[in-house]
Amino acid sequence: MSGKAGTAGTLRKLATLAAIWALLLLAPYWMPPLGGYTALGTRVLVLALAAMSVNFLLGFTGVLSFGHAAYFGLGAYGAGLALKHLTSSTPLSILAGMLLGGLAGAILGALIVRRRGVYFAMVTIAFGQVFYYIAFQWSSLTGGDDGLRGFSRQPLDFGAFSIDILSNDTAFYYFVLFFFALVTGAMALILRSPFGRTMLAIRENERRARFLGIAVERHIWIAFTLSCFFAGVAGALYALTNNFADPRGLHYSQSGDFVMMAVMGGMRTFWGPLLGAVVFVVLQDYLSSLTVNWMFFIGLMFVLVVLFFPRGLLGFLGTRAKA
Amino acid sequence: MTQQILFNVTNGLIIGTFYVLMALGLSLILNLSNVINFAHGGFLVIGGYIAYTLTPYVGFWGALLLAPLLTAAIGIAVEHVLIRPLYGRDPLYSLLLTFGLAFMIEDGTRYIWGAQGKPVTIPDFLAQPLSYEYFFITGYRLFMVIVVVVTVGLLFALLRYTRLGIRIRAGTLDLETVSALGINVRLLRSLNFAVGIFLAGLSGVLAAGQLTLEPTMGTNLLMPSFIAIIVGGIGSLPGTLCGGLLIGVAAGITAVLVPSASEAIMYVLMAIVLLVRPRGLFGEEGMMT
Repeated sequence: MSGKAGTAGTLRKLATLAAIWALLLLAPYWMPPLGGYTALGTRVLVLALAAMSVNFLLGFTGVLSFGHAAYFGLGAYGAGLALKHLTSSTPLSILAGMLLGGLAGAILGALIVRRRGVYFAMVTIAFGQVFYYIAFQWSSLTGGDDGLRGFSRQPLDFGAFSIDILSNDTAFYYFVLFFFALVTGAMALILRSPFGRTMLAIRENERRARFLGIAVERHIWIAFTLSCFFAGVAGALYALTNNFADPRGLHYSQSGDFVMMAVMGGMRTFWGPLLGAVVFVVLQDYLSSLTVNWMFFIGLMFVLVVLFFPRGLLGFLGTRAKA
Repeated sequence: MTQQILFNVTNGLIIGTFYVLMALGLSLILNLSNVINFAHGGFLVIGGYIAYTLTPYVGFWGALLLAPLLTAAIGIAVEHVLIRPLYGRDPLYSLLLTFGLAFMIEDGTRYIWGAQGKPVTIPDFLAQPLSYEYFFITGYRLFMVIVVVVTVGLLFALLRYTRLGIRIRAGTLDLETVSALGINVRLLRSLNFAVGIFLAGLSGVLAAGQLTLEPTMGTNLLMPSFIAIIVGGIGSLPGTLCGGLLIGVAAGITAVLVPSASEAIMYVLMAIVLLVRPRGLFGEEGMMT
């Protein structure tokens, strides 16, 4: 009996996975007829990746960082500055962004892993704002309030041929999707590993995990650092998407958006943040074209989701399916 | 030079008093209910705009008295409808909700009162500088500091000597036991929230007379209040008080020496405190973990 249910479950999981990837791979073809545009799809992917990095920590370790925009933004500046001053290779600039975001996360993570709950959130917000102010104030390097300009993503050069990701939106979408796949694949692998299981154990019962001899602080620190590396990649891709990086990408309100995407999609699920990002970006795009007071309605959405769909869309659907 | 330093230290102290009022309210709510009230700055703005609207009818003094009370009333309503359902749940939810609420308040006030800064007229005799040499010490600034000192004094007296205050402090330490002793915890949280929002409203009125009243004003004061709480030590109200004054003065002094770093100094202070004394200046061991 259980074996059969297990097989059915695995099959269903595989089918869902196949459906998700098919939708993502074919997005440039089905989005325009529905009134979307490929660049919107790229934006969704990038923000979804950031939301999934936040959720890697929030949903699977149970630790709320409300300052992830900082590492996302550092990734953006890292990629932008690398392209501007160091290299003409787009993939290398992503590496630079990832390293900047991840290393900053590793250092600050060491300072904050001992906090828990709201206090962890509060300290992550405050430290996140440090980078916002640096980006804002250090105008000679970052362009200050105007943001970092003067760089653009470069065609991918494979020697024999090159792919133009600068002017071809569809090619760039697939470029972003490639990195999206890499990072989500890494996340999935980590979550399946013994380390990932330990993260879940800490989420479920920190005290018990501690009694089992698990070095809780070290595990949280590693999870935090990894998630900052992932957020750094997302930020780098964001800078490449816009050919621009600005301090608002590091602000805590951006972190709030990421957390919201994760919660709205379903933070206990792997793909929830992707769904959350889709809904969030499309809604924001639509509302801001409709009214200047779109911020009010985004705020209202936060309130309504928290009050009525606290387990997110996927969590909600999951409960319905089980019932 | 002396005058310049004095000028900036005074400025820092004045700004610090705003931080203190904001941070004390935040701290009260955080300690008892485990809610990071992101909308706290929003309530400050509401207080300011209510004062702005009321001043033509009841005068400055009437507004100073009424606006914080009305803000607190709005706060109670918000607490009942939106925040109460979240008490038993992960603090993540109240954080996200108040975060959204802050957006709603900011955009809502912009919709009602416009994005332009609004002046609030203060009584003439308060607008005068006290002396020519120290031109920056206006009557209003002195008045503000007096109001804040009196308010903080009353707050600490309330917490120390009244039944409500003792219950709030006890609840901060162990809410379950307080509940088991037969105290209505829901009511306690409501009242505590109201006190916190009253402080936000009061700082809104005071700020309206000093700075220009804008929808984004509250958001700008929110982050320094967070830092004041962290620096002072989470869970300790005297710590919050000192934290607020400390970062205010530090920002003021830095403004003389390195103007561009006046904002950054708060974060530097926070990092140093967290490194050297993770629980904050006055925090109790275990409060922050």
